[in-house]
Amino acid sequence: MRYLPLSPEDRAEMLATIGAGSVEDFFTDVPEAARLGSTIEGLPDHQGELAVERHMTKLAAKNRSASSGPFFVGAGAYKHHVPATVDMVIQRSEFLTTYTPYQPEIAQGTLQTLFEFQTQVAAMTAMDVANASMYDGSTACAEAAIMATRVTRRKKVILSGGLHPHYAAATKMVCEAQGFEVVQLPAAVDGENALADAVDDQTACVIGQSPNIFGTVTDLSKSADAAHEKGALLVSVFTEAVSLGLITPPGEMGADIAVGEGQSIGNGLNFGGPYVGLFACTQKLVRQMPGRLCGETVDADGNRGFVLTLSTREQHIRRDKATSNICTNSGLCALAFTAHMTLLGGKGLEQMALLNHEAACDLADALEAVPGVEILTPRFFNEFAFRTPMDAEAVLAMLDEAGVVGGVRASRLFPDGHMGDVILCAATECTTADDIAAYAAALKEII
Amino acid sequence: MTRYTQPTTFFTKDHEWVTVHNDLATVGITHYAENQLGDIVFVELPEVGVEFSTGDDMAVVESVKAASDVYAPISGKVVEVNPALADKPETVNESPRENGWFCVLEIKDGAEIASLMDEDAYKAFCEGL
Amino acid sequence: MTMNAQGRPTSPAQASNQSVDTVSGSKGLLQAEGLIFEVGTADTTGVDLPKPTNRTGRLGGVARSQLTGLPGLSEPQTVRHYMRLSQKNYAIDLGLFPLGSCTMKHNPRLNEKLARLPGFADIHPLQPQATVQGALELIDELATWLKTLTGMPAVAMSPKAGAHGEFCGMMAIRQALVARGEAETRKRVLVPASAHGTNPATAVQCGFIVDEIKANARGRVNMEELKAKLEKSDDIAGIMLTNPNTCGLFETDIKEIADLIHAAGGYFYCDGANFNAIVGRVRPGDLGVDAMHINLHKTFSTPHGGGGPGSGPTVLSDALAPYAPVPFVVKDEDGVFRLVEDMEGDASESFGRMVAFHGQMGMFVRALTYMLSHGADGLKQASEDAVLNANYIQARLKSVMTPAFEGYCMHEALFSDAFTADGIETIDIAKSLIDEGYHPMTMYFPLVVHGAMLIEPTESESKAELDRFCDSLESIARRAAQGNETMKGAPYLAPMRRLDETQAARKPVLKWTPPETSSVAAE
Repeated sequence: MRYLPLSPEDRAEMLATIGAGSVEDFFTDVPEAARLGSTIEGLPDHQGELAVERHMTKLAAKNRSASSGPFFVGAGAYKHHVPATVDMVIQRSEFLTTYTPYQPEIAQGTLQTLFEFQTQVAAMTAMDVANASMYDGSTACAEAAIMATRVTRRKKVILSGGLHPHYAAATKMVCEAQGFEVVQLPAAVDGENALADAVDDQTACVIGQSPNIFGTVTDLSKSADAAHEKGALLVSVFTEAVSLGLITPPGEMGADIAVGEGQSIGNGLNFGGPYVGLFACTQKLVRQMPGRLCGETVDADGNRGFVLTLSTREQHIRRDKATSNICTNSGLCALAFTAHMTLLGGKGLEQMALLNHEAACDLADALEAVPGVEILTPRFFNEFAFRTPMDAEAVLAMLDEAGVVGGVRASRLFPDGHMGDVILCAATECTTADDIAAYAAALKEII
Repeated sequence: MTRYTQPTTFFTKDHEWVTVHNDLATVGITHYAENQLGDIVFVELPEVGVEFSTGDDMAVVESVKAASDVYAPISGKVVEVNPALADKPETVNESPRENGWFCVLEIKDGAEIASLMDEDAYKAFCEGL
Repeated sequence: MTMNAQGRPTSPAQASNQSVDTVSGSKGLLQAEGLIFEVGTADTTGVDLPKPTNRTGRLGGVARSQLTGLPGLSEPQTVRHYMRLSQKNYAIDLGLFPLGSCTMKHNPRLNEKLARLPGFADIHPLQPQATVQGALELIDELATWLKTLTGMPAVAMSPKAGAHGEFCGMMAIRQALVARGEAETRKRVLVPASAHGTNPATAVQCGFIVDEIKANARGRVNMEELKAKLEKSDDIAGIMLTNPNTCGLFETDIKEIADLIHAAGGYFYCDGANFNAIVGRVRPGDLGVDAMHINLHKTFSTPHGGGGPGSGPTVLSDALAPYAPVPFVVKDEDGVFRLVEDMEGDASESFGRMVAFHGQMGMFVRALTYMLSHGADGLKQASEDAVLNANYIQARLKSVMTPAFEGYCMHEALFSDAFTADGIETIDIAKSLIDEGYHPMTMYFPLVVHGAMLIEPTESESKAELDRFCDSLESIARRAAQGNETMKGAPYLAPMRRLDETQAARKPVLKWTPPETSSVAAE
């Protein structure tokens, strides 16, 4: 077995040093009835690289990759170009095969990149501080709701009708487990600021999203003001991090907590994971934040260095009184994010955002020209919803036959939302004019 | 029931000190406690106006490696908290009995004071630990 | 003869031993490197994007008023930035990483290669299911391996990490209690004092109350105390127990514990963080477990990546399976794989959705590759070697260090600080190991052992490597027993000396700010 260095002679010698007859001696605490004699049945024995690669490649070949043709699926995960350098960075053994930086003297590489990541996320969201990442956007959203209940000592959380339904579901589940009330506003393409009317003096936070699941961009300042007036917090959510290069960021709208998905920068689609949750808040709330934080300090010689800090908030010290049970975060995906951001710089991010927006505008123009298509999203960044005269599932199936992956049917995310004829689609810097022409032509053919 | 017209200090087994003066009680943690905790990096104080019963979680004191609850030594309402601790939590290490006080309570039931230790009793208690 | 005395000297001169201060701040191969905010500029970008046309768009005025101002670096600068930083990290690819309970085993490169196949890495979680049949099949195949290895009938694949898997298992228990109409009365969850901090934190997140049980003198659950705590049983929701436990020991009475919990009307959550010690030798399903998360990043070697991403699939017993979270994959009779995403039909009793999309696919590919490479025989051998290696370390060091408990250990050896002289602490031993070229062991955990040192070598180490490590630790332990004061200053040879964590926590600096701004703010 190529991964196991011990030879039979080594094993015999080691057993002799230990004074054990065989490895069986180590397993005598296992109840006799539960000890397995031979290898577990029903599973194959070990295989060489070639055989494994053959098997896995066969599985991979059954999937259609986003780069293999015109591709317009968004709704929380986005097809962007990731520079080759990013993958080189995250494949460096020193980053890939190390642990959480609990021993800072030999982990400054990881710690400095986390500090840079926190600084970048804070600047992009226009918030005071950001943590070292969460699992993904949806769990970050749930953690934000819990944090708001802790800060305000209130028990009600209000979700906008444009919040990604998976984020809403994850948040609802976590909140209700702890006995908090969750109010879900009805699905609405352009209704984020309905939060302002819904907030009351029992509310811990209102959670709005821009761009929302339908692609609508909204200035949430009105909701922020209304929330603050009632002593509640505004949690501002985004699923498309590239949008932060162009649209009003959470901090400019008065958000107390900003959470979102960072996959778009540095990370591939990966069929939904691993991704990287971004989490930022105001300075005032920092000690209530979940997750790891990296901070600057000095070493015994007075040299600048970085350490994990404020860890008394965390489960390994606070146990049942911790701010969250989170332990592992999404370190390597955060590294991919920060490496890509380092290549882009602010200027590159703005340029990339503009390209995304223009591609989506071109797509909207082309689809709008197809008779029967109605664009529903009034203001958007790089994705929007449109209505077709036919059932969306049928339209997408026919588009698929024409080689175009045309988006997500809204009914997949809103099963009882009466949105059977609505399609959510996205364009990015990867989308070409030919892709857009192919989409419009195929759609015209179908409807 | 004794009324303490001169400031008089008492102690709990959880290493809080409480200086009673007329209707008010100033609360902090002892030298023994801050020494055990090590470098104190943050103190979470209660809000003014909150009422506590004896033994309630009243404050949290954090070192790098641990977070410890501070219990209300007697029942009462918070009338003042130490503003210096927000920026300088190390004050608790440097001056636990003077500048490092946590808060002032308006005493609810003076009879509770009888169950606290005086300086000598506390000293003996610590030596026994 | 001709005499050419030109050229360089070829043997070293008489060298003095003093240290050298450099102008650059670098030390030979170890390069000094500032923050990107110090070395980059706002006008630089390391990507060549097409020029946008800057035409009026459809933002409707919801535009950023202030640009981020973040600096960028050209590609060569970027490569050097991360290359230089990487040199300041210890890694499993560099040497033995004996971090107890973290399972730092070799990360095969084949796993990385296959995870990057476009058919896995470049597919969208919401593209039509007909176009991702291979991905769904892979999830189903991995699920089959996990169910077979654990002897459990069901598995939830979506949890993102170990603690998220704990949350999944405890939510399934909660939902089962809801279905029984007992969710409001059964709130008490027993958790050993030796448990990882995530256990009590998770229980509280699920609305339970934690009731701590102590360990006995052998490092296992104190059965007398357990029985006493179960005397009043109508409020018992369950137990969260790590097995092998955090002391590196198999819970001898595990079957009886399971029976007692079940008799009390509760469920048995097993923290599977240490499953790597028993894969192929024991199936948790045979021990009465109702739910257990599996850290793919530990047992099945997906890389730790400096703190994630992890993956925490959670196996469930028949009693809990109906309450599994959405989504999950089913294979229809016609051989087509299908995602169940809504809480209806097969999922009508589900406790809900934990996360966007379907779980850590990138980790699934790596874990399945690892399993196929090892096979049933290799996985069993890996467990045995991991346990053998840990016992070898314990045997070699027990005369100079203090084993926390008597007898053989499982996959990790646990020592207390009883052997050290006054004034020398566990942290001094850990930091001295850094100077010897090793990552320290887990220190001060589990909490039930004073100054705990938890050493997990994993199966990836050769005997020669283990001997080298034991030689180093043995020498350090002897110095610790003698009260060697120089240890208090270790490490001396690492890129940094000990860092001031007190200052970091008292005055948190959590992001870079331009020097001008901070001097203005200070005035």
